[in-house]
Amino acid sequence: MEKSLEVINTRIRDGNARVVTAEEMPAIVDELGEEGALEEVDVVTTGTFGAMCSSGAFFNFGHADPPIRMERVWLNDVEAYAGIAAVDAYLGATQASAGNSEYYGGAHVLEDLVAGKAVELRATSHGTDCYPRRAITTEVLLEDLNQAIMVNPRNAFQRYNAAANAGDRQLYTYMGTLLPRCGNITYSGAGTLSPLPNDPAFRVIGGGVPIFLGGTQGMIIGEGTQHSAGSGFGNLMVTGDMKQMRQEFLRAAVMPGYGTTLYVGVGVPIPVLDLSIVRSTAVRDEDILTEIIDYGIPRRDRPSLKKVSYAELKSGSVELEGDRVKTSPLSSYRKAREVAAELKRWIEAGSMELALPTRSINAERRAQSMRETARAPRVRELMNTKAVSITEDEKIKTAARKLLKGETNHLPVLDRNGMLVGIVTTFDVSKAVVHDGKNNLVRDIMTKNVIKTHPEEPVDIAAQKLERNNISALPVVDKENRVVGILSAIDLGKLFGGRWQR
Amino acid sequence: MKLLLTFSRKRESDPGRQPVIARIVKETGVLINVEKANIDSTAGEVLIDVPDQDADLIRRRMEETGISVRSLERNAIVRDEEECIDCGACISVCPQNVFSFDADWRIQVRQGACVLCGKCIRACPHQALSQQQ
Repeated sequence: MEKSLEVINTRIRDGNARVVTAEEMPAIVDELGEEGALEEVDVVTTGTFGAMCSSGAFFNFGHADPPIRMERVWLNDVEAYAGIAAVDAYLGATQASAGNSEYYGGAHVLEDLVAGKAVELRATSHGTDCYPRRAITTEVLLEDLNQAIMVNPRNAFQRYNAAANAGDRQLYTYMGTLLPRCGNITYSGAGTLSPLPNDPAFRVIGGGVPIFLGGTQGMIIGEGTQHSAGSGFGNLMVTGDMKQMRQEFLRAAVMPGYGTTLYVGVGVPIPVLDLSIVRSTAVRDEDILTEIIDYGIPRRDRPSLKKVSYAELKSGSVELEGDRVKTSPLSSYRKAREVAAELKRWIEAGSMELALPTRSINAERRAQSMRETARAPRVRELMNTKAVSITEDEKIKTAARKLLKGETNHLPVLDRNGMLVGIVTTFDVSKAVVHDGKNNLVRDIMTKNVIKTHPEEPVDIAAQKLERNNISALPVVDKENRVVGILSAIDLGKLFGGRWQR
Repeated sequence: MKLLLTFSRKRESDPGRQPVIARIVKETGVLINVEKANIDSTAGEVLIDVPDQDADLIRRRMEETGISVRSLERNAIVRDEEECIDCGACISVCPQNVFSFDADWRIQVRQGACVLCGKCIRACPHQALSQQQ
């Protein structure tokens, strides 16, 4: 049996369509079977409410007198992109305030506008014959603007990697605060209620499909930027009239130490046309898998610590290497439910009809990494391979002699097997001399907790280690913890003045 | 009950230079659990947990030594319900399990457990949490 979209839309118009949320669907399929569910249910509504950094809006401010071709535009001191026609601009959610506030950005301007607050518009121009004015400052309200069209390039991810941090330093990321030594796990997405897991083949989700966006009716434009449905990370580019949106479904946020972002409510109604859609909308949290990624590794390809389902993540804790680790969603499941419930009411009330995609979305595409023509330098290329070292049971005086002779300030300390066990600096030696006599051996004065690097580490990360720990050199070790060189702040100077060829 | 003690330690005779807590434990026999302490060269702040029935006694004894005492039993952490969207970012950063979801995925706050470490305040993406002054 199949059901046409026409039949479903007729039922919506007549006010007798059967609409359920994606959370209710699995139990219905269990009870009625797939055939029974196809007969019974016309529409499944989905919803998600989470941080969607890739969000923003186009504005048309109307012309001033005398007119200005706005070249640079600020809204409440947050710069919008104005490299388009005269009084148009695009403001993105993550744009930071030009002032000093860590707690105000593009997302806050968008929320303030939707909340009906006055926003200061400031613009500059070089002045032309047709647009003579060079500067303007005025207050605008959302209702004053000709258009405020939300266009979000990348929303409603199919699923998202969960995050933990196996390192020993607390991290502040777009996945929230990550405690050291895997102290917590954060995740995002509504699982069973999320739009894309309910149609991973993109059969009925595609360009032209009407959706819930920020509290009003919007539309899917097509695949989002970085869409990678082939690897389970599909997403959507969506649009909607911001002037109709509501603050309760559009909320500015700040990920501490990372920046501002916008929480957006997105919901897609799914017409139940056939058995394959019944099956895909019966998806449960148990079926939606993701990886817990170690954000302690500051690289693009971070290792996975564990594969988990959304059911495990939503349970409140996950077992990770023998410990129960607490989980935090960053998206709001309560609000995701509100999105799906409101979408359900709209359809039941006949105020929203469904449409099939006019442009389909590729379900196999995979996003590529950047092709980098300028290679990021590695520690191997800058390090000094003639590192002078010392063993832990040598005398401090020997260390002093080596420091002088080697014209260095840092001596990696080795054990008998040649493994790195510490570091001694000129400062440590001077200190030992001042507090004279008590300590005799290198072992007594060395720093045992050595901050180190390895030959393949990008220099940017090594430089971050130097800065963060307020030190000026890092021993470079191989996989066996043998010293193969030393990278000092002086070596970083090679990056300048053309001595390093990329 | 949780009591927040603040004291000076500028002078030799100030309570911050004396083993006040140890002395009061010995005198009263009340078991005091120190949950957080932040002590610098001139002043200190210590959060202690004491059995409810002994709280008045401990408060009185502390105050007699010159320590100021504030009870933190209720609303140590204030949640702005307008700003909070019930995302749950606070849940996993809290060392005391103060936050949890109820059956409707709303945040529940167990105030009594809070030790005012402040982790949740910084971790909240919506700036909905603050410490009551």
